[in-house]
Amino acid sequence: MPYNPALVAPMRQEMTTMGARELTTAADVDVALGDQSGTMLVFVNSVCGCAAGNARPALRLALQHGVKPDEIVTVFAGQDLEATSRARQYFAEYQPSSPSIALLKGGEVVHFVHRHQIEGRSPQAIAADLTAAFDRHFGATV
Amino acid sequence: MAGHVFHPGHQELHGVTVVLETHGPTTYVGRFDSQDEHGVHLHDVGVHDAVTAGASKDEFLRRCDKFGIRPEQRDLLVPAHEVARIRRLVDAVR
Repeated sequence: MPYNPALVAPMRQEMTTMGARELTTAADVDVALGDQSGTMLVFVNSVCGCAAGNARPALRLALQHGVKPDEIVTVFAGQDLEATSRARQYFAEYQPSSPSIALLKGGEVVHFVHRHQIEGRSPQAIAADLTAAFDRHFGATV
Repeated sequence: MAGHVFHPGHQELHGVTVVLETHGPTTYVGRFDSQDEHGVHLHDVGVHDAVTAGASKDEFLRRCDKFGIRPEQRDLLVPAHEVARIRRLVDAVR
């Protein structure tokens, strides 16, 4: 059962204020991920305070880095059920967890951050891993 | 409050994905809930049996780290006398 919308509203707002586009339906997901040529970060949001409470600030920090994905999109696990389920079909090789973060390039998943790689870590540490992945996968090739 | 306690009133590893090694051939990976006199309570648990599995335990843990945990049991109590060691998954694969 989805959470109370009032409860998750600040968590949604935290994402949109950092430039993430919310995908709330399966159709939204298909439009965003279906025929993708650039680079993208998909953030699977969650109400989990111990993990998502650090993952969102971590992403905000990481997006201050010079190299970053062309587009940031987000689905909300436990809230936008259809959109989350459809998004996970695009990275079906990876077991579902939330929060989690997928980096895509040309429609292919090039890096995945699971919940277990977020929980118990500081936003700064998570952001450092993310920016390293941005450099590795999205940085200019010489 | 201790370093990684994010759920006040819960144990330090509550909510954290751990590797639980037993004194036998079985290793569990799952989300730690609690530990009491009965044993360790885990959720969404992947299981590796060194006797029957095709892959080694290390390979199983590496796959869990990269691709996530495929839960075979939603809730599990590992009896206290079977528990040999509990570590965070991220520490086990480091």
